[in-house]
Amino acid sequence: MNLLRTPAVICTAASLLAVTLGTVPSAVAQADAPIKVGILHSLSGTMAISETSLKDVAEMTFEEINRSGGVMGRKIEPVVVDPASNWPLFAEKSRQLLANDKVAAVFGCWTSVSRKSVLPVFEELNGLLFYPVQYEGEEMSRNVFYTGAAPNQQAIPAVEYLISSEGGAAKRFFLIGTDYVYPRTTNKILRAFLHSKGVQDSDIAEVYTPFSHGDYQTIVADIKKFAQAGKTAVISTINGDSNVPFYKELGNQGLKATSVPVVAFSVGEEELRGIDTKPLVGHLASWNYFMSLKNPTNDAFKKEWFAFVAAHNLSGGDKRVTNDPMEATYVGIHMWKQAVEKAGSTDVDKVREAMIGQKFKAPDGFVLEMDANHHLHKPVMIGEIRPDGQFSVVWKTKAPIRAQPWSPFIPGNEGKPDKVAAWTPEILSGGPALAMAPVVH
Amino acid sequence: MTEITARKTGNALGRRVGLLFTALWMGIAVLSPNTARAIAPDQLKALGEDDYDAKAAVVEQLADDGDATAERVLKALHDDTLFALPDGSLAVQVGDAYHDPLTDQAVQVKADDLSQVSLSNVLRARVAAALAGLQLRSADPGVRSRAVDALFSRPDPTVRKYVEAARQKETDSRLKGRLDQLWAMTALQDPDPQHRLEAVQLIGDRGDPQLRSILRPLATMDNASGDDVKVRDAAQAALHKLDRAQFLADMAGTAFTGLSLGSVLLLAALGLAITYGLIGVINMAHGEFLLIGAYTTYVVQNLFRAYCPGAFDFYPVVAVPAAFLLTALAGLVLERTLIRWLYGRPLETLLATFGISLLLMQAARTVFGAQNVQVENPSWMQGGISVLPSLILPYNRLVILAFAFAVVGVTSLILNRTRLGLYIRAVTQNRRMAACTGIVTWKIDAYAFAFGAGVAGLGGCALSQIGNVGPDLGQTYIIDSFMAVVLGGVGQLSGTIFGAMGLGLISKVLEPFWGAVLAKIFVLIFIILFIQKRPQGLFALKGRSVEA
Repeated sequence: MNLLRTPAVICTAASLLAVTLGTVPSAVAQADAPIKVGILHSLSGTMAISETSLKDVAEMTFEEINRSGGVMGRKIEPVVVDPASNWPLFAEKSRQLLANDKVAAVFGCWTSVSRKSVLPVFEELNGLLFYPVQYEGEEMSRNVFYTGAAPNQQAIPAVEYLISSEGGAAKRFFLIGTDYVYPRTTNKILRAFLHSKGVQDSDIAEVYTPFSHGDYQTIVADIKKFAQAGKTAVISTINGDSNVPFYKELGNQGLKATSVPVVAFSVGEEELRGIDTKPLVGHLASWNYFMSLKNPTNDAFKKEWFAFVAAHNLSGGDKRVTNDPMEATYVGIHMWKQAVEKAGSTDVDKVREAMIGQKFKAPDGFVLEMDANHHLHKPVMIGEIRPDGQFSVVWKTKAPIRAQPWSPFIPGNEGKPDKVAAWTPEILSGGPALAMAPVVH
Repeated sequence: MTEITARKTGNALGRRVGLLFTALWMGIAVLSPNTARAIAPDQLKALGEDDYDAKAAVVEQLADDGDATAERVLKALHDDTLFALPDGSLAVQVGDAYHDPLTDQAVQVKADDLSQVSLSNVLRARVAAALAGLQLRSADPGVRSRAVDALFSRPDPTVRKYVEAARQKETDSRLKGRLDQLWAMTALQDPDPQHRLEAVQLIGDRGDPQLRSILRPLATMDNASGDDVKVRDAAQAALHKLDRAQFLADMAGTAFTGLSLGSVLLLAALGLAITYGLIGVINMAHGEFLLIGAYTTYVVQNLFRAYCPGAFDFYPVVAVPAAFLLTALAGLVLERTLIRWLYGRPLETLLATFGISLLLMQAARTVFGAQNVQVENPSWMQGGISVLPSLILPYNRLVILAFAFAVVGVTSLILNRTRLGLYIRAVTQNRRMAACTGIVTWKIDAYAFAFGAGVAGLGGCALSQIGNVGPDLGQTYIIDSFMAVVLGGVGQLSGTIFGAMGLGLISKVLEPFWGAVLAKIFVLIFIILFIQKRPQGLFALKGRSVEA
């Protein structure tokens, strides 16, 4: 640990020296030097399946920006590191990116636990992280911009849809998830939300399975029994490859999407790529973007993606897909570019201020805006799985929805701040201890 | 597909004939105003648009009309062959051609202009029910029977009139019985108490626990009087019957899922029962033998898909022996190059095979990619057989169960009835004595290990049909495999069978009460305690070999 920290210490000392000795020359030297940015996604280990695409799409976006003249006339130079699905390593690598490579911003993380592990580092060194994945909320850091969905931008609209007559007027809800923080928090929010809609506890079942659970016979039989007492919908936060045996079992035991629909929050185009989609057809997923969306921005985005895949000869070739977190990465990078240009500097504090209110025409077909709570306004869409592993959108919101990172359905969240507090020196000195608690303005 | 219909189906002549027909038909339509359609083309347009309520209204009206046009449109909706054109009109895909849904005449459209009419799940269910209702009038008993099935799975009050009509006309006695039950489901609120009574009794006879929810209001009627009392009593009796049926289905279901999980564990553990149980090699790479078997299945499946897609359903016939042979070969190589140097040194064997396991996993990652690969069930392994109205046994689980017992049978035959088996048992029980009688013990070691590996390959082939195939497949089963073998008793094939089946049943009995996570923890605690009490496992070998 000490050994690893040494370069960081030296670098910090060196940079202090540089600041005191020659602020002016370094500023001049920077004028046309490339801007360094970090890409912090696992390229090996269990999360590599999902995160590799995000690294690819980030590189694609930087290439695109460089082709069109860079940011303020300066090229962008991505620094790619591999935290190897190892949570403590995420923290080390982010320290390396911020302290050694002096990156202007970092684009990365997938799981909530990886984000939680880098958060203290970003707050301590005043870095800027763009987090592109839907998550459980309950967080609002001044050093993070969340371009994925908060629960009210994914889970709650999906349940509202299931309750509506169009979605099947479900009266009973079977919540099933993998046993970790995201499903448990989401289900806690959903249960409170269902209560507010007049659904009794006796009409809600909540079941968890371990990671890579493979035997869903009993649970599917339970779902069937549960569904006898009224129109039932299943809300799945099952993560990773457990989804395959789950949907297979549903199909084999004759539970069809038309009688008991399953809406999933972690099943997207990338996850469907490796599996036989036959048993899944007709089931639902809730996201903010689908590859199958038809609009000019998305067409251009997909075209650019496939050109990038072909040019770099990426594995998977034309079978590669785009998905929601990839779109969120793409949007995040472009917004950061716009903010840097507005601020006229890559300085974290200036960019942070300039980020608020940034607008970008996203591949989801809407103009998205960054809110003062550091979350994107996002449209919500419900898609139905098609045999080709794509989704057809069956329902979507008319306009983007503002994120509520502090869900009103979790007790104790009343009165939590609605936007990220402006920069104050006290926060910095507070260091990691303040990481979780937002500062009230 | 760029430009369509006439060019594909035929030529200019065909086009002209089509036009002629259209003209003719239009003429008839003009001449005979009585055949005016109930649904106007403008109304149909709503199907191609995004307004859910309007779509639902059209489906409702089609179900109500019940004429040939309605049936055609519903069928197209049901089969996903209805397309919308930019001008809002609709076209039904018939083979390579497109027809007008109202007239059933061919129309010319550009494929690029077409967008499929999409339905939500709710509408899809409505369409299926309405279509089934209309198909009850079909002359073909097969179609009628399927329609009845469809209506049972999603009873829809809107089709009651068709059910009633079909019930009066039906001549096939079996079908009539089921139609009566179908009618009963919609007649529980009938104003005529006699009908209600009949309906309640019919539902009780059907024995489907799913129907309990619709009986319950009748059975708990508070201020019943006159005929209602009779209905209530009948409903209570029927409910009681259905409760019993549910109880039976629950018991049978738990027993089956337990055995099915047990058979999976058994297949995963059987190879280990030979390599670890008989030969005594602590083989940490056992999971990767399963992996080899599973990836072999994947490759064979892909070859079938590429070279003879017609015989795709029979790929397991090739995959099973291929998985056995390849994995056995891998086992043989591993034994000859590594394990034979380590006999009698369990710790080093453990470490070495663990290293091999990592190597093989990484190899799978390099060759096939880190992502799971897709192994598709042959069509005869999809779906299930309904033994009770609320209990469906999936075919793939049944096949795995049968396959597990077949593998056990063959393995025990080989071990107990063949010369190779005799040698293996002799060598594992008393190596020196076996050598004295002229058995070449190193050869037997190699054969036995390869055989055990091959059996693991068979397990992998079977596991690929129910779970994920990816580089981590072995890791998910290795713990369970050791558990089954150790619990059953090292050195005994029958021990492993009981160990695996016992573990499966215990997990499944506990799961409904405690959930999957706690059940798994409990099973582990149970095994730890059990091994404390009885270190030799369920079935111990008797005699001197134990000390050897």
